[in-house]
Amino acid sequence: MAISESTREQLQQLAARYPRPRSGLMPMLHLVQSLEGEVTPEGITACADAAGVSAAEATAVASFYTMYKRRQVGQHHIGVCVNTMCGLLGGDAVYEALSERLGVGHDAPTDDGQFWLERIECQAACTHAPVMTVDWEYMDDVTPAAAVEIVDRLERGETVLSTRGPAIRDFRATEQTLAYPEDGLAAEGTPVDDKMLVGLRIAKEGGMAAPGVPAPSAPTGQEG
Amino acid sequence: MPLTPVITEHWDDPELFTISGYRRHGGYRALESALTRDPDALISLVKDSGLRGRGGAGFPTGLKWSFVPQNDGKPHYLVVNADESEPGACKDIPIMLANPHALVEGVIITSYAIRAKHAFIYIRGEVPEAIRRVANAVREAREAGYLGTDIRGTGFDLDVVVHAGAGAYICGEETALLDSLEGFRGQPRLKPPFPAVAGLYASPTVINNVETICNIPYIVDRGVDWFRQFGTEKSPGFKVFAVSGHVNRPGIYEAPLGITMRELLDYAGGMRDGHQVKFWLPGGSSVPMLTADHLDIPMTYEDMAAAGTMLGTGTPMIFDETVSVVKAVTRWLEFYKHESCGKCTPCREGTYWITGTLEKFEHGHGTEQEVETLVELCGQIMGRSFCALGDAAATPYPAALKYFRDEFVAATTTSADDQFDPVASYVFAGAVAR
Repeated sequence: MAISESTREQLQQLAARYPRPRSGLMPMLHLVQSLEGEVTPEGITACADAAGVSAAEATAVASFYTMYKRRQVGQHHIGVCVNTMCGLLGGDAVYEALSERLGVGHDAPTDDGQFWLERIECQAACTHAPVMTVDWEYMDDVTPAAAVEIVDRLERGETVLSTRGPAIRDFRATEQTLAYPEDGLAAEGTPVDDKMLVGLRIAKEGGMAAPGVPAPSAPTGQEG
Repeated sequence: MPLTPVITEHWDDPELFTISGYRRHGGYRALESALTRDPDALISLVKDSGLRGRGGAGFPTGLKWSFVPQNDGKPHYLVVNADESEPGACKDIPIMLANPHALVEGVIITSYAIRAKHAFIYIRGEVPEAIRRVANAVREAREAGYLGTDIRGTGFDLDVVVHAGAGAYICGEETALLDSLEGFRGQPRLKPPFPAVAGLYASPTVINNVETICNIPYIVDRGVDWFRQFGTEKSPGFKVFAVSGHVNRPGIYEAPLGITMRELLDYAGGMRDGHQVKFWLPGGSSVPMLTADHLDIPMTYEDMAAAGTMLGTGTPMIFDETVSVVKAVTRWLEFYKHESCGKCTPCREGTYWITGTLEKFEHGHGTEQEVETLVELCGQIMGRSFCALGDAAATPYPAALKYFRDEFVAATTTSADDQFDPVASYVFAGAVAR
């Protein structure tokens, strides 16, 4: 796909966000990936032009970071954390179930181009193990059956809510967010869940508070 | 020791992530006060508080700030390390989801103190929800006049950029993060020069962890004496502990430094029913593991060091007796091998060799001699790479061997899965009430 003039302008704007244009290279690569579903040689060259570096240098950057893909990812990126905590608490079984359901292995797309499956590294959500991601949005505390159901529902085009984020869009939309983080979705979903509040609730129930801070009154939030 | 919610105090207000919600709970009061003070006084205040970096290393924050040369004519930068990727670490992401304005307020105060006009929040790309919540907070702060030019009529200018990473654990290492932010492959730099002197674009740069920065508004607002009520002389303050693993109530618990793992475990509902602690790590996969014999050691920088480990990120992972330590360690090494940036030979080649040997053990192969050779190999990596990733990779195996030698020797003939049924470790096997 040819890179349009408006895309080139956007790349220039991303460069201008930083004191030096080269710093914009990572959001630029996210942007071209959001438009093309992968980082193509044309996309790299356009990013390199905007960043003021050679295509070889931009390629070296693109190939270093695992989130930039050199093949079509497809509509949805499915990640399963298989690091020690998630993997041993059940992520291994979740991955096996999804691999069987989708008929693909690690870091590969399905034949119909709808899904990409990946064994991912620690997602900073060990309290919610085992963790899966769809287009990098959290799907916490999954089981093999729940993971397969999520894929089934995505395939049927149903709305799937992230456990701590907005409704799932698609891979390209997430990549757009990584280039332009103000996506208007910050208020969507329930990013603060029970596990993030468990300590606070126990403190309040037990009348515990930090010294010098007024004693807590009744919880202001909704009980879950 | 009681729980002491400070950073987490108002997380149950669903509006906390908005500027109006944050202000309702006293938000931006510290900034208003900070802007009336001398920047050097703020640096002294944070120095006096004794706040230590919450990203893992525990370096004194005020001291780090004071290393930035002033009146040097160069631009100064603040870079927030929000690349939380250490296996087991899961406290910065929740902070950014629940209380992003505490981070933004801390960024503004810190930038004012070190005289930075540009700040960057480098958030790992794999968590778009954190990126959009923080970006939203930055936008709201800008609209409220807390960012931009001539902030609150003080003549102080500040621009904050939220920067998304793209999947590289190494970028949590501060100099690799700087290279990444400059648009290069994320590879560490040799130190010295330290970033405080030559950091981003070779200019003086402070790099602080998310939780560290979130402490700043509270210290400015409530003072050094208040802050030092918590914790110990060498480890003052409170900590957002994230407890994960085979416990009944995994999650976020904020408590003074010095709380013990046994107390945290009690708050977390204990181990899942019918199971016991086998091993645990105080703060990430890069710190040496401990056992049930170490549950009463205070969780401070100094006590953890005395016990032969580190507080690290303060995010304990606890595993019960169903878990194969061979398998756990192998998985961590596979991670380090995958994430080694390849710059230093000992780390690049060493992680390859350790992982290969451990994978043999996991599948019931290898020799008793190799159990010993691997210790030597780890010793060859320790201290021989630019950054701490090499050291981290050389840590789990010797630490595990100290307590579980028999299990590694047994693994040379019996696979990990034959020693320990993996299904028994699953949390959805039905044994756990969640």
